[in-house]
Amino acid sequence: MTATALKKEMDMVDVQNSQAWQKVCSKADLVEFSGVAAWLETTEGPAQVAIFYLPGKGDELYALDHFDPFSNANVIARGIVGDIKGAAVVASPIYKQHFRLDDGQCLEDEEVKLRTWKIAFKGDEVWIEG
Amino acid sequence: MSTKSMSTQNTTTPEQLIIIGNGMVGHHLVEQLVDNGGLEHYQVTVFGEERHRAYDRVHLSEYFSGRDAESLALCDADYYATSGVELRSGESVIEIDRTTHEVITDQGRYHYDRLVLATGSFPFVPPIPGNDRDGCLVYRTLDDLDAIQAAAENATNGVVVGGGLLGLEAANALRGLNLDTAVVEFASRLMPMQVDSEGGELLREKIESLGVQVLTERATQRIEDGDNSLHRMVFQDEKVLETDLIVFSAGIRPRDQLARACGLEIGERGGIVVDDQCQTSDPAILAIGEVALWNQSIFGLVAPGYQMAKAAFSTLTGGDTHFGGADMSTKLKLLGVDVGSIGDAHGNQNPGARMFRYLDPIKQEYRKLVVSSDGKKLLGAMMVGNNSVYDTLLQYYSNGIELPDESASLILPQSSGGAPILGPGALPETAMICSCHNVTKGDICGTIDAGAVDLGGVKSATKASTGCGGCTALLKSVVDHELEARGVEVDKSICEHFAHTRQELYDIVRVEGIKTFTDLIEKHGNADTHRLGCDICKPAVASILASCFNEPITDAAHIPLQDTNDTFMANIQKNGTYSVVPRVAGGEITPDKLIALGEVAKKYDLYSKVTGGQRIDLFGARLEDLPDIWSELIAAGFETGHAYGKSLRTVKSCVGSTWCRYGVQDSVGMAIWLENRYKGLRSPHKIKFGVSGCTRECAEAQSKDIGIIATENGWNLYVCGNGGMRPRHAELFATDLDDEQLYRTIDRFLMFYVRTADRLQRTSVWRENLDGGLDYLKEVILEDSLGINEELDRQMQTVVDTYQCEWADAISDPEKLKRFRSFVNDDRPDPSIIMTSERGQLRPA
Repeated sequence: MTATALKKEMDMVDVQNSQAWQKVCSKADLVEFSGVAAWLETTEGPAQVAIFYLPGKGDELYALDHFDPFSNANVIARGIVGDIKGAAVVASPIYKQHFRLDDGQCLEDEEVKLRTWKIAFKGDEVWIEG
Repeated sequence: MSTKSMSTQNTTTPEQLIIIGNGMVGHHLVEQLVDNGGLEHYQVTVFGEERHRAYDRVHLSEYFSGRDAESLALCDADYYATSGVELRSGESVIEIDRTTHEVITDQGRYHYDRLVLATGSFPFVPPIPGNDRDGCLVYRTLDDLDAIQAAAENATNGVVVGGGLLGLEAANALRGLNLDTAVVEFASRLMPMQVDSEGGELLREKIESLGVQVLTERATQRIEDGDNSLHRMVFQDEKVLETDLIVFSAGIRPRDQLARACGLEIGERGGIVVDDQCQTSDPAILAIGEVALWNQSIFGLVAPGYQMAKAAFSTLTGGDTHFGGADMSTKLKLLGVDVGSIGDAHGNQNPGARMFRYLDPIKQEYRKLVVSSDGKKLLGAMMVGNNSVYDTLLQYYSNGIELPDESASLILPQSSGGAPILGPGALPETAMICSCHNVTKGDICGTIDAGAVDLGGVKSATKASTGCGGCTALLKSVVDHELEARGVEVDKSICEHFAHTRQELYDIVRVEGIKTFTDLIEKHGNADTHRLGCDICKPAVASILASCFNEPITDAAHIPLQDTNDTFMANIQKNGTYSVVPRVAGGEITPDKLIALGEVAKKYDLYSKVTGGQRIDLFGARLEDLPDIWSELIAAGFETGHAYGKSLRTVKSCVGSTWCRYGVQDSVGMAIWLENRYKGLRSPHKIKFGVSGCTRECAEAQSKDIGIIATENGWNLYVCGNGGMRPRHAELFATDLDDEQLYRTIDRFLMFYVRTADRLQRTSVWRENLDGGLDYLKEVILEDSLGINEELDRQMQTVVDTYQCEWADAISDPEKLKRFRSFVNDDRPDPSIIMTSERGQLRPA
């Protein structure tokens, strides 16, 4: 495991600039065509973020709430990624609702929308604005 | 709202309609009233004497093979209430007062404007001295069946008096209760109404070969105390038969007592006389179903009863639908033996009729054709042992279709030049497809033209094949034919990414040797998607790839396809934690392993529960703890239990001959062996086995996908059972197999299921949707009718040979373990998972 090393890297992130971009992990931590979860410290408090990596497909990286409002559990990163009616989506692993990756919109319930973050590669590093 | 003595002076009050009887026909009338605006005219009250609301009496015998009162019910529990019809179950009517227009029950008096008697019939019990002894029962209602079941518990043998249709059904029920069964018939053959002496003889042979004793030309003189059993039946020649249980099934009689008592016209041999409008001698009163006597005939089948209900509805609402008699043609499967009878099956109602007969004593099939003197029209037919020509012959008969020149060919076997089955295209628009619900081919075409796109749509629009179900196959072929004729291509695509069924994808993967989802979707996916797949096709393809090649599901190419349970090889729970179930093959576990399980559970604070599959489920495991938990379990000798996969789960077993004084085989040994053989097999849905060491069936094997019950000579194999939401008794597939025959048969059965089932289709549903049913399955698996058995064997051997414990594979691979982190950038556990304590263990708060 590289968890300890990662922790040290986290400590180096400039928390004074937390509204700005922060590094969350490296490319090697991601799982192609699937999701992982990350812990994010923001000025509004901590957040759990689901990061999806779709190499060679459009934006490639997506970040949205790890929290599933239907089951009230932090599980979105463990859902299956796919595309439905033209949009890239993730299916909640608990009750299977679909959320659009680019804006967090739930396809089954138009009143439910997951929060999203801007996310990008900087070289082999993954950075999130938040 | 009570209708008690309600005044009808107020003209805005609808008229009071009372229906006495809540059987199939009475219920059908209610449905007519509800569906066709009858409730605008009438406030309807229904009296049912039984506790249960209307149920399917045609399939009553299935009560003993797993169906309960609820699943036999003809409507949902709230149907009457939501429809606005008052159903008074368990309330017996004791009198009808025609002068005051009142129905009197033990609970009150109810006014009626119109009254319908649908009281049905009762089983005739011959006036034999001793016929009222304890354990002398009838076979008519669910309560009767409960009584038979209760009496059978202390019985080893049983006798059915009456060898007609219902008698043989009752015999089947007794056999199903593991009683040595005999049928006693007064006439010289079984089913004297439906078959002739040759057919009767064949029927007797077939039924005797099932272990049911058949005694014909026996008139019971008296029933008295037995020496070895509870009763002794004494026959006309003073011969005797001892038995613990007697079921009378010697015909039915109309329940016309209420009508007699209030002075309605009754037939000489019973039955309320009705006209074409189903009206009795009192214009305010109608009668329908088995209590009604029309043109000197009682109709003891459900289809004519339904037609009477329709005629009665028409009479009540001012329509002009009449009852004009009914065709009594019928096809049955009694004790697994096909019996069919069409029209004038005996050929004794049409002078000059000619007859053809075909008898195959080896295959035990008998068919008889009664044709008009000019050979052009079919007047009747009879079949025993094989009903495959019934549908075709019925169409010739009921539509007056001219017979082919060599009409005898209709009853010859296909292989010797028998005439081809009359295809659905050859049927006229007027052809009656479903006689229960009066649905013609024209009606079916009409619903298709009105937008029905599949069998389900046609069924719900017309109700066809929802009565006795006898027309199911014919209906499907007509619907398929008509859809095809209209160029309708039924979309069976698995999802928007593939224009293929699961079965087609399976074939593509196997034939082209495609080993990854990416390859499959690039070559065969729909181009107008992003080709990412979705949560429907990805797990389905993952399962297919695993069934074919058995590569670890956590390999990089396969991991994005898996549901979270397969991804983390544990079962996700509602708070995002997982449960862990190590394999405990056959439910056998050493004390050391039990201690090891306990130690792991204690160390990681896991809620522990024993499962129905005889193993131990450890709940509340955090994602990041799973690898450590499994390292410890593997060190203690455990391997993964696949509780998270659509794959073999458990092989449940009873303790068997090793310990049990009744056991005849080592059920635990066999269960462990089988579980180890099939562990890791990925399939369309989960698979459960059960192995019982004797017929007491303590492992409940008949509720499993694969059920195995030990016999003195080996193993009986049952297939396609299910517990859960839709329970289904497994069906006997093969008997007295030795060990090798047993696993070979299971190999082929499972691989054929893996190959052909839909995604998430359990064996029970797969079996119910399989064209040709159990017989077809037997031909494929036991007789190799498709010539694929060698291939199925090979495929299964591949799966068996390539098995590896997925958890052992994962914990030896640091790349795979990276996935088991709550956060990729922080090693804290998910702080939002909160547990609380209950009964000494943790549970989600």
